[in-house]
Amino acid sequence: MAALTPVVLNPGGYELPDEQRRLLRWMLYIGYAALTAGVFHGLANALSYAGISILGWFPGLKTYYQGLTAHGVANVLIFTFSFANGFLPLMTARALSRALDRRFLWGSFLTLLIGNILVIYAVVSNQASVLYTSYAPLQAHWTYYFGLVLVVISTWLALASMLVNLKGWRREHPGARIPLLAYISVASYLMWFLASLPVAVSFLGFLLPWSLGLVERVDPLLTRTLFWFTGHAIVYAWLLPAYVSWYAILPRQVGGSLISDSYTRVVWILFLLLSIPTGIHHQYTDPGISTHLKALHGVLTFGIFFPSLATAFSVIAALEIGARRRGGTGLLGWIKRIPWGDPSVAAQLLAMLTFVLGGATGLINASYTMNQVIHNTTWVPGHFHMTVGTAVALTLMGVAYWLVPYLCGRGLYSRKLALASSWVYSIGIVIFARGMISGGLHGMPRRTFMAEATYFQPEWRLPGILTGVGGTLMFIGVMLFFVVIGLTIIAGRRGEQPQDIPVSDTLTAPARTGWEPRLDRLGLWFVAAVVLIAIAYGPFFLSYSPAAVSPGFKVF
Amino acid sequence: MKVHTYEKAFLAVGLAVLLVCGVALVYATVARGIHLPGQAGRIDPRRVYQTPPFDKPGVKEVGPGHYQAVIVSQTWAFVPPVIRVPVNARITFIATTVDVIHGFNVEGTRLNMMLVPGQISRNSYRFHTPGEYLVICHEYCGLGHHAMAGKVVVEGHDGEDH
Repeated sequence: MAALTPVVLNPGGYELPDEQRRLLRWMLYIGYAALTAGVFHGLANALSYAGISILGWFPGLKTYYQGLTAHGVANVLIFTFSFANGFLPLMTARALSRALDRRFLWGSFLTLLIGNILVIYAVVSNQASVLYTSYAPLQAHWTYYFGLVLVVISTWLALASMLVNLKGWRREHPGARIPLLAYISVASYLMWFLASLPVAVSFLGFLLPWSLGLVERVDPLLTRTLFWFTGHAIVYAWLLPAYVSWYAILPRQVGGSLISDSYTRVVWILFLLLSIPTGIHHQYTDPGISTHLKALHGVLTFGIFFPSLATAFSVIAALEIGARRRGGTGLLGWIKRIPWGDPSVAAQLLAMLTFVLGGATGLINASYTMNQVIHNTTWVPGHFHMTVGTAVALTLMGVAYWLVPYLCGRGLYSRKLALASSWVYSIGIVIFARGMISGGLHGMPRRTFMAEATYFQPEWRLPGILTGVGGTLMFIGVMLFFVVIGLTIIAGRRGEQPQDIPVSDTLTAPARTGWEPRLDRLGLWFVAAVVLIAIAYGPFFLSYSPAAVSPGFKVF
Repeated sequence: MKVHTYEKAFLAVGLAVLLVCGVALVYATVARGIHLPGQAGRIDPRRVYQTPPFDKPGVKEVGPGHYQAVIVSQTWAFVPPVIRVPVNARITFIATTVDVIHGFNVEGTRLNMMLVPGQISRNSYRFHTPGEYLVICHEYCGLGHHAMAGKVVVEGHDGEDH
């Protein structure tokens, strides 16, 4: 076997300054706090499909849709980005063995915190029951839009702390290839930065002034299109931190190696290029957008399937290498030798298995006219609870099983409980998704208070019950996760924590000559992404004359 | 960059699957005439009921075997709530909203449109089976969203032709 090449600069170890570790740790805690609120509402939402309303048990909750807004905002906006804000800078710092920029890190933490407080105020006071998509002309309180803008700014500041770090490193290492772990971490947030600009324009330029009464009317198709301009790429912003773990951490955890350095960089470049010019596939059934443009975005969405396909190969190869090094044999017999007893590994493997189904259903969503069969039915939440709800969420839980001990300096409280959490959650998602997907095929609408709908259909009965049962198991799974993490933080044994981040190595070293070093010119690829976006979105924005026709409606 | 033979094969199979799916979609659109809603004009949501064809919501025959169903949505109802159309006829649905975003989904069919303020939504469909079809607003539109529904009644006999 060829010499192995680490994905970090200094495989011997590196410790971030205490203050920075604390900041990153508290960033994670903000995410876990959000997740707590999010999953309680998730339980209520899932049970509603089974015809059971537990809303009365939530103190202060006024409507189902208030709870559904809290569920979406807390889980996919706060939890995911709080994690990424902590995780990606930590990975960059570790890869480069360099401390982060202190001011940007503090800025990121404070904007995340203040943004959260504003959003919580708006949602809890029932002044923002507009769901996380924030479609105008449903109008929320200004603190909701401003709070979410601050959350987005916190991600930009986290990126800034990473870029300052990278720039300093490059100055000291002229001509050297960027260590892979830093490369994929920075590229992930670079993609998100570009992707987040349209929603920032929508919120700052239109929805915030409108909610403050500075402008009377907005154009709902324009703000909606700006939302989805960001809104498909955002799913890759959720996914890529999980991919960072699958590519650069998990191989080490199973005793394997990542197969190719360049190949991994190419995958991230494809995500940078293709994540954003695909958003209109969320608007296939919208008026006012030409079918040609919808078809173009459909083709590009098929394109973004490719890097995930490549990921499946890379990650499974790394698992097989690890399992065979551990004595695994046979065509499939090696699977038994993957360390399934390690809760961090098991959670991520179960997340990947679920992602196969999530990816397949996603391809159906993207399938142009076929989308009309399932658009806005429960098929769609069935799909995305397998992607962001499991592939991402369960991976982030798996990562937490080493990350929280590492950051706290305490051992994981209970391996068994942690393992139970992942399995219960996974069994739950399979039942839940089966319910939502089959209900969606029978036209069961998403985002609807089904327990009190005036038009409940008999063929939705079984799907609704499966949704309720599966959702309850997922809730129990997350509760077990919180027990493990909570007890780790307060009662984990000191000294039993991992001493270093478990970073992987690769079978092939990064090339020093040829075309491959050009992969490291992230600025150039960033410009290429901008060009592709201009081609995909130019026809809409150049031909569309906005008409501010809608005043705000607060009908919630 | 060395790419493993197995990996090339894996990616080739994946690409082939994507290609087959793509061809199927082109076939459905071009040969079977299944279309997405596209650009069908704009409207001032404040003046929907004064603007043709929305000044007279409901069904009317616009050609031999071709009907137009004009529907207005508002919190939390469709106007008219029930429409009657003949079986096997080509029905062009034209709809919009006077307030927030609504959805228009006819259960058991592929008729599925978003209704966005300022925009007119349009798509065509033939019902081949008589009966009652539930119409649901499938986009969250406020407190009464789960009570917003309508009905398409398809009349006539299976074999009847237009």
